[in-house]
Amino acid sequence: MKGQWNITIEAGRAEKNYWKDLWRYRELFYILSWRDIKVRYKQTVVGAAWSIIRPVLTTVIFTILFSRIADMKNPGPAPYALMVFAGMLPWQFFSNALSESSSSLIGNANLITKVYFPRMIIPASSVITSLVDLGISFIIMLAMFLWYGYIPSWHIIFLPLFVILAFTCAFGIGLYLTAVNVKYRDFRYIIPFIVQFGLYVSPVGFNSFVVTDKWRMLYSLNPMVGVIDGFRWCLLGDPMHWRSFIVSVAITLMFLWFGIYYFRKMERTFADNI
Amino acid sequence: MPKIIQVSNLSKCYTITHEGRESYTALRDVVAKKAKKIFTFSKSAETTKEAFWALKDINFDIEQGERVGIIGRNGAGKSTLLKILSRITEPTGGNIKIKGRVASLLEVGTGFHPELSGRENIFLNGAILGMNRAEIKRHFDAIVDFAEVEQFLDTPVKRYSSGMYVRLAFAVAAHLEPEILVVDEVLAVGDAQFQKKCLGKMEDVSKHGRTVLFVSHNMGSIRTLCNKGILLREGRVDFIGPVQETIDSYSKNLLRKDNNTAYKSIAGNGDIKIDKVSINDGLKVHSVFANIDINIKYTVFNPKKEFHFFVLIHNSEGDVICSIFQKDKFLELSQNNKEINIVFENILTPGLYYISAGIYGSNHEFLDWVDKVEEIEVDHSFDDGKAFDQRYGIVTANSKWYV
Repeated sequence: MKGQWNITIEAGRAEKNYWKDLWRYRELFYILSWRDIKVRYKQTVVGAAWSIIRPVLTTVIFTILFSRIADMKNPGPAPYALMVFAGMLPWQFFSNALSESSSSLIGNANLITKVYFPRMIIPASSVITSLVDLGISFIIMLAMFLWYGYIPSWHIIFLPLFVILAFTCAFGIGLYLTAVNVKYRDFRYIIPFIVQFGLYVSPVGFNSFVVTDKWRMLYSLNPMVGVIDGFRWCLLGDPMHWRSFIVSVAITLMFLWFGIYYFRKMERTFADNI
Repeated sequence: MPKIIQVSNLSKCYTITHEGRESYTALRDVVAKKAKKIFTFSKSAETTKEAFWALKDINFDIEQGERVGIIGRNGAGKSTLLKILSRITEPTGGNIKIKGRVASLLEVGTGFHPELSGRENIFLNGAILGMNRAEIKRHFDAIVDFAEVEQFLDTPVKRYSSGMYVRLAFAVAAHLEPEILVVDEVLAVGDAQFQKKCLGKMEDVSKHGRTVLFVSHNMGSIRTLCNKGILLREGRVDFIGPVQETIDSYSKNLLRKDNNTAYKSIAGNGDIKIDKVSINDGLKVHSVFANIDINIKYTVFNPKKEFHFFVLIHNSEGDVICSIFQKDKFLELSQNNKEINIVFENILTPGLYYISAGIYGSNHEFLDWVDKVEEIEVDHSFDDGKAFDQRYGIVTANSKWYV
């Protein structure tokens, strides 16, 4: 009889087949992502429009602010507005994904207390939702290329890799934040601040090349520096600071590892704490 | 039959923090407390924590195809047990070994989204309960049929009536095909006809060799659905056996009576104590519409200017179904009285009932309250000797019919 048991429930048991389970529950992942997207764009005309208006307006303001008033220059060949928007794409995605994923567990508390599934599905599917917004913004990017008559660089074929990098970055940090959020509910008030602060310390309105070489390595500890530089390199053919890029990638992977580690550690008590 | 679930020494401990009244920790408080500690060098800011064992050393086996009813009072650990079985929360000690897929239905319509249509919610809810797309597609027509919502399939469920909502939600769950089905009190929803349909469906499920674990406070549905019972009491297994014996054992347990010892109070400051509650001079069995005469003997330790009696009648599961207050009848009590009587016509339908009695003072503070100390059994007959057949309702009324 022994040996046929296929599930053992026990205290502190490191789930051996956690990753296998995650794969088994992939349908739930698809369907939750689909739900989030559907609900987001259902009934809200403004919802879809909002994901266009916000980055466009911010781009206009940043262009005026940094290019006209501060008189900054783009080291690459593209017009300043294009450069700002190319940076706005990953930043908008990152900040949306971060806010969505950090509140995702709390928002799905009814699922967590009633059904078992690998909890990582929830923040993951909320990050996916933001990918749709990124897609919409990308169409605007193409429209802007037409408007300015600018031909994108051939590097554009590498864009998916940088989207994955942006995804990894948002997902890693999001995992950590959402797990903390379950434990300390007032943590959610800090998140908008992190996002706002991030906008200023990331090279969205300006190019990272304005940072002098002396501070360059320190600056690239911000993982979004690598992602934004990468987007500009792909779309506009801007120069790329590869050494600093590698630092950003390393930091991103570290965040991801830590996010997963912390999330897994807290996961067992989610149902009791939420 | 082979064993399908084996539970050994299962325990679950919750830590209750006595300081914070909020259900969650705020980072602000944690930081403030840490800071306080640094500056005061004392341990006074520490919260007192208490361990609460929701389950303690539970052991039982379940064989394939058994339909097990889990019963017990509120707080006996039933829901915790189901949550551990469905892997929502982890045990503190011990283990459970399971053979096969477990589907748990702790709530009807988990994850239903009000903005989505009925059709979309079927797929969503199905996936949440662990069905894959192919399975849902295969059962789709049966689900819609069972829920009787064909015309509204493409309407957002927020526009559904609550009945339709529940029917749709249960229909999805009813078409799960796991080896083990874990069900919490979810049948207490919908109208009587739909409940019957659900019970029928669950019987079907178990006939196909699947195992069902079912928690309910409704002894009626436990009796019809289950063939085995587990009685939990204060986090321990009190009784395991055939379902009827388990229910009997549970009902017996409700009566906290020991003929020779004094009643235990569950509230009151002891200024006045109830010594004895007796019903119709010890006659146990009553018929419908017979008079029930309750006598309460009491002792006054600390004279009060004003106090009032009440009597509660509980059904065999312990829920209060009737309360009777002396205050409604303006009876003057003199300080010398040592007993009080009430008489009322019995409108309870046949079954076993428990009596609680209590006294409260002028500020509505309890002076004494003895809980479920005596029982009343109502048999299947009217006071005039006619038989009381099976019918709906908890109580009946002595009525006059006219044309």
